[in-house]
Amino acid sequence: MKENKTASLAPLEYRKIASIINKNSSVLDLGCGSGELLHYLIKTKSVNGQGIEIDEEAVYSCVEKGLTVFHSDIEGGLDAYPSDSFDYVIMYNSIQQVKNVYFLIEESFRVGRKIIIGFPNFAYISARISLLFGHSPVTKTLPYKWHDTPNLRFLSINDFQKFCAEKKYGILDSFFFAPTKTVSFLPNLTAQTAVFAISKK
Amino acid sequence: MIGLVKPKTFSFDRLDLESGKTLEDIDIVYETYGSLNEKKDNAVLILHAFSGSAHAAGYYENDTKPGWWDNMIGPGKAFDSDKYFIICSNVLGGCSGSTGPASINKKTGKEYGLDFPVITIGDMAKAQKKLIDFLGIKKLLSAAGGSMGGMQVLEWMVSYPESLRSAIPIAASMRHSPQQIAFNEVARQAIIADANWKKGSYYGGEIPKTGLSLARMIGHITYMSDKSMEKKFARNLKNKADYSFEADSEFEVEGYLKYQGDSFVKRFDANSYLYISKAMDYFDVSGVNFMKQAPASGNDMRFLIIAFESDWLYPPYQSEEIARQLKLKGYDATYCEIKSTYGHDSFLLETDDETRLISSFLNRVYREGLQK
Repeated sequence: MKENKTASLAPLEYRKIASIINKNSSVLDLGCGSGELLHYLIKTKSVNGQGIEIDEEAVYSCVEKGLTVFHSDIEGGLDAYPSDSFDYVIMYNSIQQVKNVYFLIEESFRVGRKIIIGFPNFAYISARISLLFGHSPVTKTLPYKWHDTPNLRFLSINDFQKFCAEKKYGILDSFFFAPTKTVSFLPNLTAQTAVFAISKK
Repeated sequence: MIGLVKPKTFSFDRLDLESGKTLEDIDIVYETYGSLNEKKDNAVLILHAFSGSAHAAGYYENDTKPGWWDNMIGPGKAFDSDKYFIICSNVLGGCSGSTGPASINKKTGKEYGLDFPVITIGDMAKAQKKLIDFLGIKKLLSAAGGSMGGMQVLEWMVSYPESLRSAIPIAASMRHSPQQIAFNEVARQAIIADANWKKGSYYGGEIPKTGLSLARMIGHITYMSDKSMEKKFARNLKNKADYSFEADSEFEVEGYLKYQGDSFVKRFDANSYLYISKAMDYFDVSGVNFMKQAPASGNDMRFLIIAFESDWLYPPYQSEEIARQLKLKGYDATYCEIKSTYGHDSFLLETDDETRLISSFLNRVYREGLQK
């Protein structure tokens, strides 16, 4: 999950995520990688943050940043947290690697009030062009080939919005990102990545 | 490098034990590295494993081997003696200086033997707490240790949480599983079955060498892993090219175990083996015995729990459970399972990875203390 993160548009996305997080709130980052986002939120928003991460080397990096981290897979690790213990649960570039997405989101709503989800948009124009020419997309935010990708889920912005409507999750905020800026026009086509904040209705 | 060190002795009158009995005239042998600062908030207590001692780092005069965790303790190391005041004491019931079954009972003028009262991990921690009080330390920056040392860390967390800023249990468990008890019992039976054991009153005569050596050999198998044994010994024969088809041992692994057994009997007391292994089996801080719910605010305790992938004696699930219980009770706990092939011995061998985790963790705990 680490590599996904460095490959994406970190600083701008971090700033947008930070913009919707209240100061001094509590945050659980699922699949926190080397802890860059958590570290950023602690520095800018004084959050009380923790992470879950499966990669051992990434766990070391987290501890070296002074972070609290649980070396575990996300799905197995979440039940170590009491109900209602976080203001925000973050799944930043990790949802596409999860087996049981609905279960995980429900579990996240058990431990946290709001969920912030960021993912690469599979319907981004260059991905569509690849498919048009008969190839699975390999893009900056989807850097893997079909045979070595850790991603299990290939979702678009529209897919996620539909999922939220079906499950009756309220979308509190949404941000769409092109390589160097945020976009709002036809995001399902023009955005490479997206960040949503959702809550239960 | 720590350089030359000398053990010190802390003596006190009595200790009321968990069993209800009382032990009198107690010596606790300890060593310290680095210096205690003025605020006395930089002290780290190191707890040793089953056969360890107070000699955790540095060298004794004319000795070629350093203390048992020398690669972790010293200037610039994980437990940095330039920053922290590091203390390690020999456990109660031990045989490396502290009062144990081989010590002289002042009432009889003879070794205790089986008259020594049953002691628990709780009693060991109680004696350590007295030492910490004697040194004038109200709150430890951390308590750390592997294996039985980790169990003592857990005991400190449960019994003296107000005296800890942080804790680092490594390759430990909240309680022994039947498998862990079983290995201990086989080792104990090996000692008891030795005719020289004589119900524990062998002092001054032949010691139960065969039984104690066998116990240690069993122990060593459980400290390694299938992979580490394959790598270390394969099926190599010692000093010969072919099988001799005789009864004596000829595989390298056999020679290794024999050597470990033989050298162990020179430094360890058989009765201590019985008492301390029993203390480990009795230990249970799981369930209702574990820590109370963390206070909603002002909870500044930090925990670092470390396990090793190939450790089948104290499997990672046992350490992960410690982290889970802490989290469920609202504590700040970091858990890491280090990839290693060395088995339970990893906590003494994987010091590079441990150093990365521990030095950053202690740094953070220390820094957070300064911000207050």
